[in-house]
Amino acid sequence: MEQSLIYIAGALMMGLGAIGSGVGIGILSGKYLEGVARQPELRPMLMTQLFMSLALVDAIPIIALGFSLYVIFS
Amino acid sequence: MSASETAGGGPTSEEYIRHHLTNLTYGRFDNGEWGFAHGPEDIAEMGFYSLNVDTIFWSLTLGFVFLAIFILAARRAAKGVPGHLQNMCEYAVEFVEDNITQIFGSRPNPVIGPLSLTILVWVFLMNLMDLVPVDLIPHAAQLAGIPYFKVVPTTDPNATLGMSFSIFLLVLYYNFKIHGPINFALSKFTHPIPHWGMYWFNFILETVDMLAKPLSHGLRLFGNLYAGEMIFILIALLPFWAQWTLSLPWAIFHILIIGLQAFVFMILTIVYLSQAHETDEH
Repeated sequence: MEQSLIYIAGALMMGLGAIGSGVGIGILSGKYLEGVARQPELRPMLMTQLFMSLALVDAIPIIALGFSLYVIFS
Repeated sequence: MSASETAGGGPTSEEYIRHHLTNLTYGRFDNGEWGFAHGPEDIAEMGFYSLNVDTIFWSLTLGFVFLAIFILAARRAAKGVPGHLQNMCEYAVEFVEDNITQIFGSRPNPVIGPLSLTILVWVFLMNLMDLVPVDLIPHAAQLAGIPYFKVVPTTDPNATLGMSFSIFLLVLYYNFKIHGPINFALSKFTHPIPHWGMYWFNFILETVDMLAKPLSHGLRLFGNLYAGEMIFILIALLPFWAQWTLSLPWAIFHILIIGLQAFVFMILTIVYLSQAHETDEH
């Protein structure tokens, strides 16, 4: 019983975290494409900024993933 | 899922994963003696009084590797055509310098340059240990009589949170030095909404904000590397003919994550330090 609750908790953490960041990364990449389409010469600078913000947006689901694997396996 | 590589008397997949996620711990037992833990029960018994020896060993080793590479490159620095090693080191230094001048500006600060370079290369080297095959070093250590050996220091939250909280202390130090302790404390009350009725609200908001920064800073690195390592371990549980097809793409993708996380950790360090240096009210 307790172990199955832990599995459900881990699944919820992974899934809900992924929903939000999926939307976030979608918006972010879309805006990046818009920006590059407007001003192609800014591409290298925007690329760096994009990767940085991608890593920031990525943090929450990755932290959730890490924690859910942590609670499942230890 | 079955642990195919250890057919007959080997560990089950659950035991295998747990074995890979357990640190080599040195600590104090309940009866007051110090020694190495031989299982999860021992680690639970030690509680607070324990050291993760493998994390300390690998992070220190990689720190010395970083120092050795850069000292060697600096000693051998040639006036003419630079060699590969010198090129690599100069590229790292210039990359860090560019980022600092972009974000931090050109304020005189003796700490931020060396700190950022150390963080970038050190975290990168620690992350790089993730690409070493998951069983190689732990199995060799097991043959040598060491029960647990975790290779990647950044998959231990103690290491990443230690780094991020050291940076947090540095941020506090610069806040105290530049704004003064009284102004710093006052700014926690007056910052987002400058009205006396909302001071309690500001204080809660600012405190959460202040504590969330080092936590997310360290946990981001830990989470990324832990999840990556976990997936390598899960791939290692598959039958041998499936490992190559899954492990290779994941390793190639992981190279991106390794560099990106080291870069983000460094950038956030610079950003937090430059926030501590902001003097103008907004």
